[in-house]
Amino acid sequence: MTSKNTFERPVGVVGAGSFGTAVANLLAKNSKVYLYARKPEVSEEMIRTGKNADQVLDKNVFPTNDLKKVGEECQVIFPVVPSANFRDMIRQLSEFIRPYHILIHGTKGLNVKGDRAKENDFRGINDDDVLTMSQLIRQESLAVRIGCLAGPNLSHELAEGQPAATVVASYFDEVIAEGQRLLRSDLFQVYGSKDLIGIELTGVLKNIIAIAAGALRGMGYGENARSLLISRGMIEMVYIGRMLGANAQAFLGLAGVGDLVATCSSNYSRNFTVGLRLANGEKLEDIEATMDEIAEGINTIRIVKNLMETKKLRAPITETLYKVINNQMTMDEALKLLMKTPFSIDVEFI
Amino acid sequence: MEKLTRHLKEIDTKKVYEPIHSGKEEWPVFRMARNRKAFIDQVTKETFERILKMKPTLNGLIEELETTRYREKLRIKNNPWKVDPEDELDFWSNVKKRLLAIDQEQKDVARKQAKDILYDIIDRYSNEIAGNFKSSHYKLARKIVKFGFARLLNAARIGGFKALFSNKYTLQDKIQLTGEAEQLRKLAKLGTIVMVPTHFSNLDSITLGWAIHSLGLPPFIYGAGLNLFNIDIFAYFMNSLGAYKVDRRKKNLIYLETLKTYSSRAIRYGAHSLFFPGGTRSRSGRMEDRLKLGLLSTAIEAQRINYQEKAEGRQNKIFVFPVVLNYNFVLEAPSLIRDYLLRKGQERYYLEQDEFSKSNKIISFLFKFFTKGSSISLSIGRGMDLFGNYVDEEGRSIDDNGQHVNTRDYFIYNDEITTDLQREGEYTRMLSNRLVKEYHRINRVFASHLVPFVFFEMLRKRYRKLDLFSLLRLPLDEVEIEYSEFRATFDRVRDVVIGLFNEGKLDLANHMVEDLDEVINMGVENVGMYHSKRPLIKDKEGNLTSQDLITLYYYRNRMDGYDLEKYI
Repeated sequence: MTSKNTFERPVGVVGAGSFGTAVANLLAKNSKVYLYARKPEVSEEMIRTGKNADQVLDKNVFPTNDLKKVGEECQVIFPVVPSANFRDMIRQLSEFIRPYHILIHGTKGLNVKGDRAKENDFRGINDDDVLTMSQLIRQESLAVRIGCLAGPNLSHELAEGQPAATVVASYFDEVIAEGQRLLRSDLFQVYGSKDLIGIELTGVLKNIIAIAAGALRGMGYGENARSLLISRGMIEMVYIGRMLGANAQAFLGLAGVGDLVATCSSNYSRNFTVGLRLANGEKLEDIEATMDEIAEGINTIRIVKNLMETKKLRAPITETLYKVINNQMTMDEALKLLMKTPFSIDVEFI
Repeated sequence: MEKLTRHLKEIDTKKVYEPIHSGKEEWPVFRMARNRKAFIDQVTKETFERILKMKPTLNGLIEELETTRYREKLRIKNNPWKVDPEDELDFWSNVKKRLLAIDQEQKDVARKQAKDILYDIIDRYSNEIAGNFKSSHYKLARKIVKFGFARLLNAARIGGFKALFSNKYTLQDKIQLTGEAEQLRKLAKLGTIVMVPTHFSNLDSITLGWAIHSLGLPPFIYGAGLNLFNIDIFAYFMNSLGAYKVDRRKKNLIYLETLKTYSSRAIRYGAHSLFFPGGTRSRSGRMEDRLKLGLLSTAIEAQRINYQEKAEGRQNKIFVFPVVLNYNFVLEAPSLIRDYLLRKGQERYYLEQDEFSKSNKIISFLFKFFTKGSSISLSIGRGMDLFGNYVDEEGRSIDDNGQHVNTRDYFIYNDEITTDLQREGEYTRMLSNRLVKEYHRINRVFASHLVPFVFFEMLRKRYRKLDLFSLLRLPLDEVEIEYSEFRATFDRVRDVVIGLFNEGKLDLANHMVEDLDEVINMGVENVGMYHSKRPLIKDKEGNLTSQDLITLYYYRNRMDGYDLEKYI
């Protein structure tokens, strides 16, 4: 299925945040990579310094500001931009996208149709209003061979060349094979999955739990509390995920439990950091003002909370965090409330 | 009443469509029939290669042959049909002998022996499947349908002996064609059409055959259940309308592959095809929500091979046209819905005989159908490519965002068209989802669909503690609904439906916007009007009640999938 051609073709990465940069560096081990930045000054800076987001760029990474070049020269493109900008990005890119393109995204967020995202007002939203990034790509472009990237992939560890693994999920075997071929290296393992929606949702939903984990750390609690959160959080993730069309299996894999453990333990995770600072009494607006990149978990909490409300279902951790980020409750009160929530059965979804 | 912001379709029952081809020599199906033998040979050869590729080892091949033989023997023993050829048992006994004679020690000889057996089986299957289109038969059948139906119709409408020869009414008054007829005609000249209708009744094939002819199109080929060939009158029509035979009893790999190759090759030959992608008639009365992917996948394969083997150009393009058939009355409704409930496994119904199993029953039905005021509507959706993009009048694909699409690109990997069956399987699934959506969009809602829906849901709400099966078993004196109460609810739901129409989420029959009482009356009078037990009637006090809740449930299901329950 693969031919010599592909090896000469550059691979595109759209979005030069810390994860996008890390992905570009991983890909650079096997191919020439175009790393696209929306702002011309960012790509110029990258070319000038050979660095981006605290990472040294591989010599195979070629920063660019030319989306046309990426679309026309690359058959495989990795979009890695925050969910809030994803629709705009894909709209600009779609002009150059043909049905033979392979798009493997690495964005762990959700999109809500229409203008509601701007107002952060998601009241009354329904299943149909909420899109994962693969669904968004499908809606906004001609691409059909779509996949996603998910797993415990903290950018700074990848940048240091530490061993790690990821999951490439797609309905198309060829997308999985291509993702594996492009990303795999001595210290980086790539697993495949056919449950695209499931794998996307594990990555999305784990951010909620990561915020809660950061909060526990901020309040000075230890391993018992965190393990309690991880396992209860896992169950909440499965419930929400199943409601949105995922299978429980995806949550048991690398992209589910694997990523959850990583983000719930690391100070380097943005979502974790937000939780930690919230627990220290900072207001969300102030936290967001001082962060370089968006913490997807916040938006996910807003969307999921409203969606569960429409469906008259409960998601205790998400609901409580929603109150905290809206200044209706402190983290301390939230924890006390959660500890009182009655759960009689440990695991019942398998 | 909610305001209409979109125009209802005007139906011109007198419109005459000129044939798009000047003579039958131009019909792809005619050319195919003329080269019938060569065509069958090609099907056999291609299937043979395919199966050898699927079963590369000698052991695997022999195992497949053994399984096929065993299953065929069981079928002959347990489920014989009138249409089955007489030499069947001999053929399979002979296969058994030949299989036993294979000496696995001598690999080369054994391989040749096994391949020979495979070839013979496939050849038998492809001969069996192949249609036997004869243009003289086609002409005659067409005349019978047209002339016979017109006579019946006029006799009934005008009355009297003289009326038998009147031409005042034609079938066009009975069957309302709406939708993209012009586009269909244009694209049928340009490329190959795959028509995918919903399937409610055995009458569908005849209705569609008539429609295709009235639109001036050449005959379409389609797979008809072999069981229909048990009935002489149907067998005649089917053969003459270009049907090939599909035997649902045979589920073995070799048969299914032969069938798929036949369909794929016919499409590549340029023969317009018709599939019922739901597989069989809808048992529940719902519109198809899940499609069978087997035959659909042959269209996608045919498209890829067209691109691989032929020069670029739109003449090699395949266009999909969804079609929704709407009836006020489905003859088989009572037995279909009972079969459905039986399958759901809660009730032990005695399964009635298929109403279509006797020729005289069909004739008496047709007579009823033409003598009483019931109409059929056939809505043709917009043409699409196989990837769910709409196409314009010139056959160019255009995506939702208005971009032109080169469909060839869907098969390209690294600048070349590649064969990737998994990919094509995924495309088939995408197409199937798209078609289901499109069916709901072009479905023409009749009063006889919405009235039973509202009635049933009101009952369901009244007895909300009962499950479906208990509800269906309610004593009939418990199911009366007061007219004024029904009227108010129906009014509300109709407004919602008009709203959905305005949003382009469904289509409306013109009568739906008449005076409220009139619409309700039409619904009550037309729904299942010829069943011996009426699904819905008005009692002496003018209130609504039912004589057969189960059949009512069948008609109610037609409105499933629009989320209307919450407005009851």
